This record gives sequence, structure tokens and C-alpha cells, in this order.
Amino acid sequence: MQVNENENWKPKIIAFCCNWCSYSGADLAGTNRLSYPAEVKIVRVPCSCRINPMFILRAFGRGADGVIICGCHPGDCHYSEGNYHTRRRMTLLFSMLNYLGVESARTRVEWVSAAEGQRFVNVMNSFVQDITELGPNRRLEDLRCREN
Amino acid sequence: MQGELIKRAVGLMENGTVNRVLGWRRGEFVYDITPSVFSDKDDLEKNFVYNEFCGNNLSRYLVQESEKEGKIAVFLKPCDTYSFNQLCTEHRIKRDNVYIIGIECYGKTSADLLREKGISAILDAKNNNGTLIVETVYGEKQIPMMDVMAERCVSCKSKKHVIYDELIGEDGGVLDSHRFDQVEEIEKMTAEERFNFWRGELSRCIRCNACRDVCPACTCEKCVFDNPKSGIRNKGAADDFEENMYHIIRAYHVAGRCTDCGECSRVCPEHIPLHLLNRKFIKDYNELYGPFMAGAEIGQVSPMCDFTKEKDAEPSIVQKGGAE
Amino acid sequence: MMYKLPLEQLDKFFAAIAKDETLYVPVDVENVGAVYQPWKEGTKMSKALNTLRSAKDFFFPQIQPMVKFRREGKKIEVIDDRKESEDFVIFGVRACDAASFDVLDRVFLADPVDTYYENRRKHSTVVTLACTLPEETCFCTSFGIDPAQPGGDARAWMTLDTLYVEPVTEKGTALVEKLNEVLTESDDKDVEQQKFYTHEILKHLPLHNLKPTDNREKEMEIFNDPRWAELSSHCLGCGTCTFVCPTCQCFDIEEFSGNKTVERYRCWDSCMYNDFTMMAAGTPRKTQKERFRQRFMHKLVYYPIKNDGVYSCVGCGRCLKKCPIHMNIVKVMKTLGLEEEE
Repeated sequence: MQVNENENWKPKIIAFCCNWCSYSGADLAGTNRLSYPAEVKIVRVPCSCRINPMFILRAFGRGADGVIICGCHPGDCHYSEGNYHTRRRMTLLFSMLNYLGVESARTRVEWVSAAEGQRFVNVMNSFVQDITELGPNRRLEDLRCREN
Repeated sequence: MQGELIKRAVGLMENGTVNRVLGWRRGEFVYDITPSVFSDKDDLEKNFVYNEFCGNNLSRYLVQESEKEGKIAVFLKPCDTYSFNQLCTEHRIKRDNVYIIGIECYGKTSADLLREKGISAILDAKNNNGTLIVETVYGEKQIPMMDVMAERCVSCKSKKHVIYDELIGEDGGVLDSHRFDQVEEIEKMTAEERFNFWRGELSRCIRCNACRDVCPACTCEKCVFDNPKSGIRNKGAADDFEENMYHIIRAYHVAGRCTDCGECSRVCPEHIPLHLLNRKFIKDYNELYGPFMAGAEIGQVSPMCDFTKEKDAEPSIVQKGGAE
Repeated sequence: MMYKLPLEQLDKFFAAIAKDETLYVPVDVENVGAVYQPWKEGTKMSKALNTLRSAKDFFFPQIQPMVKFRREGKKIEVIDDRKESEDFVIFGVRACDAASFDVLDRVFLADPVDTYYENRRKHSTVVTLACTLPEETCFCTSFGIDPAQPGGDARAWMTLDTLYVEPVTEKGTALVEKLNEVLTESDDKDVEQQKFYTHEILKHLPLHNLKPTDNREKEMEIFNDPRWAELSSHCLGCGTCTFVCPTCQCFDIEEFSGNKTVERYRCWDSCMYNDFTMMAAGTPRKTQKERFRQRFMHKLVYYPIKNDGVYSCVGCGRCLKKCPIHMNIVKVMKTLGLEEEE
């Protein structure tokens, strides 16, 4: 666990959200006036299996401290089976990152449906808290993208 | 062995089964052997060579060669046959244009491995019942073959030819070779140690791309790392991140298709143990999704393209201490 | 003038150099090979014949940052943080690598001068070390290099118990003068004897007869030789040979766009790559045959034509050792008859 460099440090979180579920879940959270941390930047994707491992690595390279992938619950994929592929791919990718010594808690996959506004908020809160405790991403960052 | 192979190859050319032969061509020294296509019988008799230094996996060349006119004969060692099958599965080789002669393999070495053991200035080498007798500029040296065998051969996964039209020598079986021991050792380290270990290894990378270019699984016409539109193309790693990125993605792109032939580690001029990245994926999907050996049969579905609805582990398993 | 020092005092010698400037010596790294590292107390010099990577890295590194641009609001700031003006000494460069600096000089110091390279050359002192145990892949003698009498700013010989140093250039003399506390004057009897022995060994090397021909008239004939197709047919198109080569000097200039800064840097490029000299209209060398031919034509024909017959190969043998398919300059020379008939 790393020590935060300064008190005001706020993590940068990239959330890849499936258009058909978690993206709408985030919308629902908004319409219900539930708030989630402003550090989370959402990138909408047509399906969680659209996410190429390079997206995740590049997010880290460009300064993300945590990357979370949100898709439909297994069995609920809009395209029938996209998220089953996500599940396998991300398991292996995360395992590889872990193998290379990158903190495994920096990456996560969560299943959030369009009806689960509250769950979306809870997931984001807990992820941001985890990353805040971990501190800045130093092992998988591109130094040329550091802003200070 | 070499004489037998030449005889058979010449025979196949003479009876019109094939019009050329893919094999290994003699070099300046005993070890600098080049993969080569022979279309002339005299050339074959004079320059074909098969010895302890013929490590090259010839399957990759068949992607191009099998597209050409006429049938080609090829000599494949057991581990090369797995690559062949995998390429057939991916429809990269025209099976009908290839005549496969399976050959026995008792493990290969290389001049680099001899040099690591302090035997340099190599002029000639002969295998005498498991002892390599090396003639050098500074006199004769002897070393047990086992001591200089490539890691991929020490932990050989299989002596079985999974595909062939004919065999020269005996067919073996799939071996339990402890090839994941090194991966397990790394897994046991702390995250900090793992990070430092891989940084030490990958920071030596000079991005010559030999690991990618020699790989029988990396047969894309245009690699993502060469494609200016991919946004990640670069010719040299200007930052640590780019080294990590390249090697993670290289291994990831062949996950489920890598037959663990070990060519990547053989060709690395900086001796980076690249096979340990590939093996991590192999170990993981074996443990998580059941035993799978890429290339064992033509037409297999890779675990990376497959799924089970109920049984697959959630990615959070990694946080809970990795794949069990 | 020859100077000497007992070998057990080698650390004292290194310490005396490292006192004022960074000293790089080849060091053995387990499972890797000899690598140049900065000397510090306790560093043990490698006894390997040569380093894994060539010494060109010192003057022409794989990645050379050139300039940065940073945007703040509507202003663009140009940041030039060049760092190549520190003095350093390299010890243990072999004759082949030392000769490669001359090859690189003709490219980078010709007009317009490459100031990154020039600065590093100016701030460096190269101390070479004579070879005593050449290997089968060595063929520096083919290009007129004497491994027992290397170039550089100063040269050194190591016998079983003594280190001999002889300054060659002004820089070398200045370095030796600074070391007068550890070095004593000497005759060159032992050195001459070592040279004799090394020359005897050279005669037994398998490639000692290899001599490149003067081929200025045959340029087009060699270019059109049909055997290039066969030679290059199994080339993988990787960049190993060019990146381990001490004389390969091609580079590309690339830009990286960060979050707020853009960095322009230079990095090695390889003529073996399919996107080498890529232009809007495509690449001029469409198949691996042409790319392969380019590399060897450049080293053995074009370069000597432009540079008074100096070949752009120094016979270090790294490509012979490292090519994944063992296709190399020696095989090319022998196949195409670019060597002199004995």
C-alpha cells in the first residue's frame, strides 16, 4: 500500500459502462438524485465485450488510477453472450496484471443492470474508496502523461 | 538421423509426392542453421542438416509456403506439430499442400546456451550418447547435453506428434514436465517482488520484435504494433509503460492459441523469459476452464473464444489470490 | 608511451577515473551477458569477449528525447532539456566497437552535424581493451581491424597480472596524466608478446580468410543478383540484426502526445521493418527481399562507395550470434561472391 503524496489527492477512475445496462444505471442514479464520486469518468461502450485489453492498459498509461468495467448481469446480455466473453477475458487480463506486480485491486468488473441505480452508486463509492486507499497508480503509468 | 531424413526427402521428391522440401540448411558453423526450402536434390543432399541445433519451428513458414503451387514436404518435431495444427485450426495453412514427416526430438540446444556455460569459440559439436563434445578454437570441451538443453526442452510438454503423414523414428507421449513450476515461483512472490522481477526483465527489451516475428501464433498480416492507426504503434519503448504494454498485449493476443513452443524465448537477443508470460495464460485457463492444449487437435475451440454460462469464475477471483 | 599497473590494483585505477566522471565498464549480468554499467565500489568487470549490446548505445541511444512542447491555456512552451553534456569514460571497448565509432562519425559528424551525437562524442573518453581470446564469430580482421591493437582515445592490454595502458589521442593523454598516481611507465615487451599470441590465434579462426572485395564497378550486378531472393526467403523481418549492430545508424523521429505535453524523440529504426521509410505513397521496398538486400548493399557496397572504401561492418559477430534464423552478413558475402577468392 502506498502513501498518498498529498492530502488533496483524488484518484482518476475510468468506468467502461455497457450502453444497455450500467450506463442506463448511471442515468437512473442521476434521475434519482443519487450522487456518486466525481472522480469517476464514464466511457460508454456498446457491450462490455467491446472492451479491448488495450483500452484498459492505455487508460492506466494515460494516468488512470483505477479502471472499472460494468456490464449486464450474466445471462442478461443485450447480445446474448457478450458478457460471458468479458468475464473470461478480464479474468485472464487481471490475472496477468497481478502476475506483473500491478495491484489487482485497481481493476474490477461489476455487473450492474439498468434498474440498479443504487447499486451503481454503491459500486462506484466502494471502488473509489479502494483506489483512494491504494494511492496513485505508479506501476502502470506512462511518465510522459503525468501532469505535474 | 540426418542421413535418413535426406534419403526420405529425396525419395519423396523423386516419386513426385512433393516438389520441394522445407528443412534446415547448413551454415558456416555447426550451429548457425537456417530454415530453407530445398527444390533441388543435389542441394538437399549436400546442405540439408539435422542436429541438436535445429531449434527453429518450421510451421510458421508454411503459412506462405502452403499457398504456393505444388505440395511441400516438411520435417516437424513434436512441438512443431502443435503449431501446425493450431495454424490449420485458424485456416492459415492449406493442409492438402503439405506432406508432414514427423521426426523424433530429444531436446535442442543453441550456441547461446553453450556460451552461457562458458563454452565459446565453437567450431564443431557432436552428441555422443548424451554428452556434447564441443570442439572449440581453444581445445575440446565436453558437457552433458542435459546441462545445455533449452528450457523449453527440459520442460518438454509432449513427445507426441499430433499430426503427421509419416513418422521417422518413434512417437512419444504427452509428458508431465512441470513446465508451470517457474510460473508458480513467480506467483508466490509479493506484488512488489513480481513487479521488480518483470521490470528487470522487460526493461532490457530493445523492441526488435523478433519474439513476435518468429511466433507461429503471431501471423497477422499487419500487427497492431505496426499499425499507425492503432494509436499504440511505436518503434522503441520510450517509457517503461510501453515495454509493459507491448509484452502484455503480445502474450494476450496469442493466449489460447499459443502452443508453448518457446520460440519467443529462444530468439530474444536479451534473454527475456517471454515464455513465462505465455505460460501464465496457459496455466490460468487450464485451472479455470479445464485442461486445454492449443494445437492438440485441428478445430478445437480456444477457451478465449468459449464460455460456460454457470461455471465460469468471476474476474474478482484474481483479487482473492489469483486463479486456484 | 606505455604505462602499467598491477592487475590487483585495477579497482584503484577505476576509482581514480570514477572520481571525476562516470566510468562505464562491462559487467556480467546473470542469464543475460555482459552489459555496460557505471562503475562503483565493488563492481566486477566482465571477462566476456564482448558486450551483448554494442557500444554505440553511448553515442546513439535507442531513444533520444529531442524536444517537448507544453500547452498552458493559449501558450505553447517549447522545452529543450538536453542532457548529453556530462563527461564520461568507457573502459573495455573492443577493437571492433571502437572502429564502429569511425563508421558512425562519418554519418553523424558529416554536414549537417548531429549535435546530440557530437556532444556525446566530445564528452566521452574511450579506453579500448585488446582481445586475447577471439571467437569463431569474429571477423574484424576482414575489415582491416587489429583486435590486438584497438583504436579509441587510449588502449589497454590485460595480461595475467598487469594492465598496460597507452594513450592515443589528446583526450587519452589527458586521462592518463590524471592517473599518474596509479600508473607507472613501462616498456612494451609483454604487450608485443601478447599481440604475437593473439595474431597466432586469429590465424586459426574459421572466418580469418574472409576478405571483402572492392566492388565499386559491380554495384548494379550485385544489386540484380537473383540469389538475393533465396538468401532473404526466410528472413523474419525482425530488427535483431540492426539493433545489435554497432554500425547500423538508421533512426526515425516520432512524437508522443501526452495529456498536456507533446514529446518528440528519435528512436532506432530498422531497414528490415516493413514500415521503414514509409511515405504517403507507401514503402519503396515492398518485399522482404528488397529490405534484406538494402541492409547488406548499404554495408558492403553503398557505404564504401561514399566513404573511401570503408565498409560499414566491423566484424563484431553479434548478428551471427543473434539472428533468429542465422542468416547473416558472412553468408551473404560468401554466397554473392563479395569476398576475395583466395
